[in-house]
Amino acid sequence: MMTSLAPPASLTQNVTPLEAGSHVIAVAWPGGVPALALSDGAVMLGLPGLQRRIDVHGGAGLLVAAGTPDTLVTGGGDGRVCALGPDGEPTMIHHDPKGGWIDAVAASASGHMAWSIGKRVTARDDKGRLRTLDLASTAQGLAWFPKGYRLAIAHYNGASLWFPNTQTPAELLEWKGAHLDAIVSADGRFVVTSMQELALHGWRLASKPTEKVAHMRMSGYPAKSRSFSWSHDGMWLATSGADAVIIWPFQGDGPMGKAPRECGVRRARVTQVAFHPGAYVIAAGYDDGCIMLLRMTDASELVARHATRGSAVTALGWDKTGKHLLFGCEDGAAGLLALPT
Amino acid sequence: MSDKIPVTVLTGYLGAGKTTLLNRILSEPHGKKYAVIVNEFGEIGIDNDLVVGADEEVFEMNNGCICCTVRGDLIRIIDGLMKRKGKFDAIIVETTGLADPAPVAQTFFMDQDVGDRARLDAVVTVADAKWLTERLKDAPEAHNQIAFADVIVLNKTDLVTPAELDAVEATIRAINPAAKLHRTTRCALPIADVLDRNAFDLDRILDIEPDFLEEGHHHHHADEIRSMSFEIRGDVDPDKFMPWIQDLTQIKGGDILRCKGILAFRNEPKRFVFQGVHMILDGDLQRDWRSDETRVSRAVFIGRNLDREEIRKGFFATAA
Repeated sequence: MMTSLAPPASLTQNVTPLEAGSHVIAVAWPGGVPALALSDGAVMLGLPGLQRRIDVHGGAGLLVAAGTPDTLVTGGGDGRVCALGPDGEPTMIHHDPKGGWIDAVAASASGHMAWSIGKRVTARDDKGRLRTLDLASTAQGLAWFPKGYRLAIAHYNGASLWFPNTQTPAELLEWKGAHLDAIVSADGRFVVTSMQELALHGWRLASKPTEKVAHMRMSGYPAKSRSFSWSHDGMWLATSGADAVIIWPFQGDGPMGKAPRECGVRRARVTQVAFHPGAYVIAAGYDDGCIMLLRMTDASELVARHATRGSAVTALGWDKTGKHLLFGCEDGAAGLLALPT
Repeated sequence: MSDKIPVTVLTGYLGAGKTTLLNRILSEPHGKKYAVIVNEFGEIGIDNDLVVGADEEVFEMNNGCICCTVRGDLIRIIDGLMKRKGKFDAIIVETTGLADPAPVAQTFFMDQDVGDRARLDAVVTVADAKWLTERLKDAPEAHNQIAFADVIVLNKTDLVTPAELDAVEATIRAINPAAKLHRTTRCALPIADVLDRNAFDLDRILDIEPDFLEEGHHHHHADEIRSMSFEIRGDVDPDKFMPWIQDLTQIKGGDILRCKGILAFRNEPKRFVFQGVHMILDGDLQRDWRSDETRVSRAVFIGRNLDREEIRKGFFATAA
């Protein structure tokens, strides 16, 4: 009579829990060291057991963060932009004299940074030179093109593409509606924004002057899509905002007229996505706290974290090697998954 | 519902006393912590840790509905504040004297992320007893702010005669008969009259003034905001009422600022309560009609360019 069910394929034993203690805004791996950017203004840095908390923005809180292979760049409610390397010494990059909220930050692997306060965007190149751009509406999202010379800015009624180190005026990509996050493909051919209207909008940029910019409308999300990740080969864009990970094909001319792939369907909403840096595997975090690893090729699934009440996943990130996944949640829970080798 | 953060919206024309009221709320020994969203960041002295500057950015939603506007800055700020749960108990949004309250209110119904975590408690409008009548002549925003209010603080009453005060109150009542009205000097009133009102909670919505159905008898200009209320002595037919109210708010939603009502549906022991902001409608069955209550169906509409006779006929045609 006794039947024992085989346990579901699970990696939960491979997770080391971390106590972040505050809503996790973002995760990063500066110099290969796990870093959690926290809403209470601190960054928790270090391998499990060796972590320390570094107060970066104090009581004003940490609002936005962006990671590169070397640095974690953070923006706070104190009008400061700071950069933090694996040594844990924060460098103040900028301090707005009026102390406004930093609305968005972006950092390129080549050392270029950008941030925005309201309608003003500031870009800082790797030599520390600052350039500013004033927009007609608030800059909601920023993303560097691959080499870090050009910045995509999402705002009301479109996106602007800006070369900060030239005198050329920013190029406006128009599309009616409120654009939130900016995303640029690894080959620089596509710019995608997420929208208040529960859709993504994409532009395929002209590669020669005779070509026209093409529009892509990716809709059908039941909630705002706010997390995105490109596959290692740049062919697929995984997105959050539905009860499955929605993956758009970007081979050739992009997703126009093509259906997206879906994986990891659950009775919960996907809040975070992170493509593995070397395989067609997506880490997906849900609003019920669950984390799954999903293999695109055969739709196989592994549980990395069971659903946990009040602990929606708010940040996910693989290290460079793809052997470790760092995650953080709204209630300050966090963890480090080490894939079995 | 109860764990959503309550948000009070503070409106009023320039100089009416919004900052006075705000500082009064913050300085009372209530033991609560407020996050305050202000429009002129750093320009007025507010003694509070969590003050955030807003830029009153109105987004027109790209969904074909012209009056579905939201405040983009509020969505962003509330999203940021919600990551710091436990740091505050409630949020107060102060708008400029020129702000339209509609996009502020609609943000709480149109944006799911905001609506999931925060609830609009009430729109509180501070009005200057001495200058309101003048402002209503030249400033459409002043009209909207009165029309939208759940609570009106009629301030600076010491600067007018009792007769002038009665006149200005009658003017307010002609625009908005449903709001709670408090006469004050220097915005002195119990904080409980302003905060935790649950004015958008359907359970509380028609906790309406006794003179709810008494309209002011003014000469109305065509574009002036006015209110109209109707009462059917008895039940309405939900199969007639629902399509009618949906059509009306879709077609006339741009001109209807607020609507509210309590209805007796045929064969339904519970009261049906509805409210709307422009085209957004919200309605639900609430408590049972008590045995000592007469089953009546009442509705109020506040807006401009509204054809009273047409709405009256439409409403009465839904009678069961």
